[in-house]
Amino acid sequence: MTTFQINRKYLKQVDALMLILLLAISVISVLTIYSTTRPIMSSSLQPNYYLKQSVWVLIGFIVLFIVLIKDYVWLRDAGYIIYGIGIFLLVLVLVMGKSGLGAQRWLDLKIFSFQPSEIFRLILVAGVSKYLSSVKSPLDRRSFLLSLLIFGIVPFILIIKQPHLGTGIVLFTTYLFLAISKKIEKKLLIILIGIALVVVPLGGKTIWKHLKDYQKNRILAFVNPEVDPKGIGYQIEQSKITIGSGMTFGRGYLKGTQGPLKFLPEKHTDFVFSVFAEDWGFVGSILLFSIYLIFFIRGFDTALKAKDEFGKYMASGLTFMLFLYFLINIGMTLGMMPVVGVPIPFMSYGGTSLISNFIIVGIIINIRMRRLVMV
Amino acid sequence: MNKEYFEGVASFTVYIIITVFFILSVRLYVIQILNGSDYRDAADSNRVRAVSLPASRGIIYDRSGIPLVKNKPYFYASLIPGRSPVDTHGLAALIKTDESKLAAKIKKEKNNIFKTIVLKEGLSFKEVAEIEARKSDFPGLIVETSVTRNYVYNTVGSHVIGYLGKPNKQQIEKLQLDDVSPETFIGQWGVEQLYDTTLRGTAGRKIIEVDALGRQLKELEVIKPITGGDITLSLDINLQQIAEQSFKDKTGSLVALDPKTGEVLAMASMPSFDPNDFVMGIDSEKWSALHKDKQYPLLNRALQSSYPPGSVFKVLMSVAGLDDGAITTTTPVGCSGEMHYGKWSFGCWKAHGTVTFHRGLVQSCDIYFYDVGRRLGIDKIYKYARMFGLGKKTGLDIVGGEEREGLIPSTAWKQKKMKQPWFLGETFVASIGQGYVNITPAQAALLSAMVANEGLPIHLNLIKGTLPPDESKRLKIKPEVFTDVKSAMYGVVNEGGGTGGSSRSTLVHISGKTGTAQVVKGRVKTETLKQQLRDHGWFIAYAPSEAPQIAVAAVVEHGGHGGSAAAPIVKNVIEAFVKSPYYKKPAKLEE
Repeated sequence: MTTFQINRKYLKQVDALMLILLLAISVISVLTIYSTTRPIMSSSLQPNYYLKQSVWVLIGFIVLFIVLIKDYVWLRDAGYIIYGIGIFLLVLVLVMGKSGLGAQRWLDLKIFSFQPSEIFRLILVAGVSKYLSSVKSPLDRRSFLLSLLIFGIVPFILIIKQPHLGTGIVLFTTYLFLAISKKIEKKLLIILIGIALVVVPLGGKTIWKHLKDYQKNRILAFVNPEVDPKGIGYQIEQSKITIGSGMTFGRGYLKGTQGPLKFLPEKHTDFVFSVFAEDWGFVGSILLFSIYLIFFIRGFDTALKAKDEFGKYMASGLTFMLFLYFLINIGMTLGMMPVVGVPIPFMSYGGTSLISNFIIVGIIINIRMRRLVMV
Repeated sequence: MNKEYFEGVASFTVYIIITVFFILSVRLYVIQILNGSDYRDAADSNRVRAVSLPASRGIIYDRSGIPLVKNKPYFYASLIPGRSPVDTHGLAALIKTDESKLAAKIKKEKNNIFKTIVLKEGLSFKEVAEIEARKSDFPGLIVETSVTRNYVYNTVGSHVIGYLGKPNKQQIEKLQLDDVSPETFIGQWGVEQLYDTTLRGTAGRKIIEVDALGRQLKELEVIKPITGGDITLSLDINLQQIAEQSFKDKTGSLVALDPKTGEVLAMASMPSFDPNDFVMGIDSEKWSALHKDKQYPLLNRALQSSYPPGSVFKVLMSVAGLDDGAITTTTPVGCSGEMHYGKWSFGCWKAHGTVTFHRGLVQSCDIYFYDVGRRLGIDKIYKYARMFGLGKKTGLDIVGGEEREGLIPSTAWKQKKMKQPWFLGETFVASIGQGYVNITPAQAALLSAMVANEGLPIHLNLIKGTLPPDESKRLKIKPEVFTDVKSAMYGVVNEGGGTGGSSRSTLVHISGKTGTAQVVKGRVKTETLKQQLRDHGWFIAYAPSEAPQIAVAAVVEHGGHGGSAAAPIVKNVIEAFVKSPYYKKPAKLEE
């Protein structure tokens, strides 16, 4: 009986604003995927990507509400075990994962296949948060180096081996962000920056050697798009043409030509924003940006209000991570960053990434919902 | 934890995020607003173009598989829009068109990369050869082909077959929903229009990559066109031809049906027109000639003209009277050639003496049917007429939704239409198919067919192989009613004193009923009247009498008496049918 009452009390605390923002982005996503995958001839069949995405959104919301039921502290309690399983899955993918588009990210579970690196994003933040909330501030040399190895370097290597450079960078950056949030000893921080200044140029060469050809191409093409007009530079150029041709008010929904005419590659996944910008123009794009901005600010607001330290790291870490995805994706479509192939959260087509993002939002809402619980 | 420190980092991060959003927005502003028009030009001149591949149109066959139409190519000079300017001067000279109009058209349409710009249509073979020879001087210039028709039988059956034409503005909007190019010819009349979606097929499309001049570099994707479906009509072109010839130069209409299924075997409307005139875009002289023609050749009289049925209506009156019990076959009526009612007098064309049912119908005694009408009342007449398909559309929509309903009056109708009660005198007039009563030739054929098949409600249709309606739908009319009426209709043609003697045939037993519809009030000797004041002559019939296989109705406008004007035409058609392979000789008639 009492648990019931508590549940109802929490229910009132569910973050309606965040849910509305999420719903808005989901609707925009389905509409844009419909627009971008529509056939040139209206007599041809509409591919069912938009339907699949709708189903994923529906499942996503259900999963999100399931995540709300239980107080998120279980994640803290089971943090290290989950983290161990996550690392194990990453190793498993490297050993026996199936390859898709020159990358080995998928794990075939017979019924469906999924990308462990997607769900690992949540696992990593949980692991780091647990560790940081269990040591004292500021981080001393021993605990910093230990966490850097376990939560920074090991997963980074495992993920870029898949290879999934984008997610690797995002996760490593998220780890650093959380470590800095905890506060690092001043002396240590100075040494760290010093090492970075020396190692990055030197280590860059080694990393460059180990990059796959297509990854090298992406970076080269970013630096000089003229190099390969049909390759990566072509993608950036076409993306800019697509976005730019939207002009102030856009061509109008379903009026864009670049998506259906197949100029744009990956138009329903990584470049879905470009098609949106062509249909809706500058005005629509700024509106979309605003929705994301409010969403991220809300995430940090949740972190400030969380009832415990673990919750604060979780909320800020997860929000920061989603922001990085957004930044890298939009930066890429606008030609400001290399093409690293990360999706824009909640908008790109794709089941695993969408569901894991919904779980992430579920955790953030869970944290806000229970902010008034006495610890 | 250090709470203040954490809050500091979080707030700082939020500021960074806001700054990042600001930078992204500035970048967006630069791309979409400052450089937007350049990018839009780049998008519009992206190197992919679409060229339509027309589908071959389905063929229309007659009952025996004779093609009534042939496809023929129709050529356009088109331009694949490129990015470079076009030599409009040279191009205009080559395709012989006005340069300024050409330049305006190219300017207007060059940004639509989904289709080519049609410069000139209906090219002759000579023009096609000239363009092909000089094509290399004009990059992007191509000759496109579309499909149009050749109507093999010219004027014969033109109202049924219909014709193709360019879509009008409204149609273009509708067609775009189906992804049909505005250059496609579509059915504009008749079967061509009714079954347009079947016949049309689906156009294909070729997606090509072009260079900056619009020259094709390679094909990226080809969607093959799907040929339209063929249609086999129930129409017999031979029968149709004989029907039309039988009218000679007279105006009128004839409809022949299979009374079991409702299949239309022939449907003539005279005068006729040549659908080939419409195909290449009819010239305005011919068009206005067709429209100004007082005989309205474009009108399909079988469905779009209604006439008073005259005595043909007595067949319906007979069925109604006998089935309702208002009369029996032995009910006597005295005919003195005139009947008085109040201050009015109603005439008969002849003093028949004492008349019972059989002679009443065979000799078409008006006085007898005034009495039938009086006993039934107009509302029962209305009820039976509706049962036989009169006063409502047959639904054979080969006239662009402009079929006439005809008119069967009732007390309710008159109250509503004229705010007046019904008068008995009007029942008398209606009983002999005059006054308000109006039917189309198609409805007359339906009446004849439904008497021939003894009350099985059929629907007019034009597709060969239509199944007869279900037996359960048969009208609840006493079987002996049809025996009596059919015996009298046999008498009309085959007995002395019958009004339809001129359709008597040595090849087959024909049953029928004549009708003469008054154009002006009062009975005047028809031979002396001016053409447009003469009566319309009707004849409805079916054959063979013992097991009907064809039901026919014909009307000759201002033809005078039905027995002399329409009956011979009907006889010609029935005899032609008897000679056709579809006729099955019945077992010998016992007389």
